[in-house]
Amino acid sequence: MNDFTYHAPTSLDDAVAALRGDGGAKLIAGGHSLLPVMKLNLAAPSALVSLAGVPGLGDIADGGDSVTVGAMCSHAQVAGSAVVQARIPALAAMADGIGDAQVRNAGTIGGSVAHNDPAADYPAACVALGATIVTDRREVHADDFFQGMFATALADDEVVTAVRFPVPGRAAYAKFANPASKYAVAGVMVADGPAGVRVAVTGASGDGVFRVAEMEAALGASFSGEAVAGVAVSSDGMLSDTAAGADYRAHLVTVMAKRAVEACG
Amino acid sequence: MPTVTMTVNGMERSGNVEGRTLLVEFLREHLGLTGTHVGCDTSQCGACVVHVNGTSVKSCTCLAAQADGAEVTTIEGLANGSDLHPMQEAFREHHGLQCGFCTPGMVMSAVDLANQNSDPSEHEVREWLEGNLCRCTGYHNIVKAVQAGAKAMGGGS
Ligand SMILES: Cc1cc2nc3c(=O)[nH]c(=O)nc-3n(C[C@H](O)[C@H](O)[C@H](O)COP(=O)(O)OP(=O)(O)OC[C@H]3O[C@@H](n4cnc5c(N)ncnc54)[C@H](O)[C@@H]3O)c2cc1C
Ligand code: FES
Ligand code: FES
Repeated sequence: MNDFTYHAPTSLDDAVAALRGDGGAKLIAGGHSLLPVMKLNLAAPSALVSLAGVPGLGDIADGGDSVTVGAMCSHAQVAGSAVVQARIPALAAMADGIGDAQVRNAGTIGGSVAHNDPAADYPAACVALGATIVTDRREVHADDFFQGMFATALADDEVVTAVRFPVPGRAAYAKFANPASKYAVAGVMVADGPAGVRVAVTGASGDGVFRVAEMEAALGASFSGEAVAGVAVSSDGMLSDTAAGADYRAHLVTVMAKRAVEACG
Repeated sequence: MPTVTMTVNGMERSGNVEGRTLLVEFLREHLGLTGTHVGCDTSQCGACVVHVNGTSVKSCTCLAAQADGAEVTTIEGLANGSDLHPMQEAFREHHGLQCGFCTPGMVMSAVDLANQNSDPSEHEVREWLEGNLCRCTGYHNIVKAVQAGAKAMGGGS
């Protein structure tokens, strides 16, 4: 790993200023995606700007028809939150299935959405639940935020401060996990919420999270496992690696969608 | 070079580090606390687990600078003089180790679990130890040790 300057700002303004002051600077939250990438020299930032000392990024708030999760909330915090468990149990369960206990203690929701790993769990939850990504300067709907593998709507000097999730009527997440890392080989979040039925898939496509319109229409007509069991997705553009080939991933999407619908109860 | 200061096993320790110095490097190479091991250096194996402000983290995937100002506990900080910590005692009693390479991380991870759950089921222990790999034991006796250690701790470390 190349050396870098480490900044520990104590305000959001100072964090943004540190990013603007050095074109090679990057934010660090839990470091559980960034440090592994830096160890492989796939990223070599000249400076890291830690968000750990910035106040106000670690709260979970019940806003009635929505739940807002601060960007620096760890996966363990979301999984263990009484508010999330009561209002959006599918989100708490999803967070509890990320990686392992130590990954959940360190990794954050802000880091996960900003990184937009094609196999990460949060992008599916954000898109299915119709979440809004709140940054230091604007609000971006999840549909516009995730823009393909490791790509998002964020500017280089932009900081995610929170993610706001509308409370759904019902929702569930089903994941076929890579047995070593627990990243999704195929993960499907199904939500029946204010914006209708949404089905979002992660882990499967090289373009990252995507929605399955045909399944959404089928569930709109009849919300049952059988309604999606017959909907096949194309293997075009699906990832193919040691965990699963493209055809198998496409098959898993339908199986996970059916399981998620059935878990909605 | 930046200076970091943290409380390690109850003692305030400082050192000059590089930005890229990992917490595990600071503990092992700067402080000589070699009980914390590095198995994979890729956040998979859990040999490097320590506690930072009371929760278990993989110290190979944490910068020393990120732990500046924190309370850190390593395997060296568990025993009380020559009296083993109840979780260490349970690993000895139940033969929860063979070569011992994974053991410091297993014990630190197990203590974090026991602090939250004083009577974990076999399933809960196995789930919790997802991020701790052992090449020797087959896990069976580790699970027994963790259950016994958690009971012996009685909800406190
Ligand atoms: C062994 C292992 C297993 C894992 N398994 C899973 C899994 O099963 N499912 C899953 O979803 N993930 C998994 N992960 C990834 C994990 O969830 C990461 O913690 C997460 O993806 C990134 O969060 P972080 O806080 O660690 O971010 P960091 O690594 O600190 O940052 C990641 C990126 O986001 C940027 N960033 C961070 N915070 C912000 C912010 N607030 N605003 C703007 N940009 C920001 C950083 O600059 C960096 O580019 C795993 C990781 C490991 C090491
Ligand atoms: S050395 Fe840290 S997880 Fe393996
Ligand atoms: S006892 Fe040898 S690796 Fe676990």
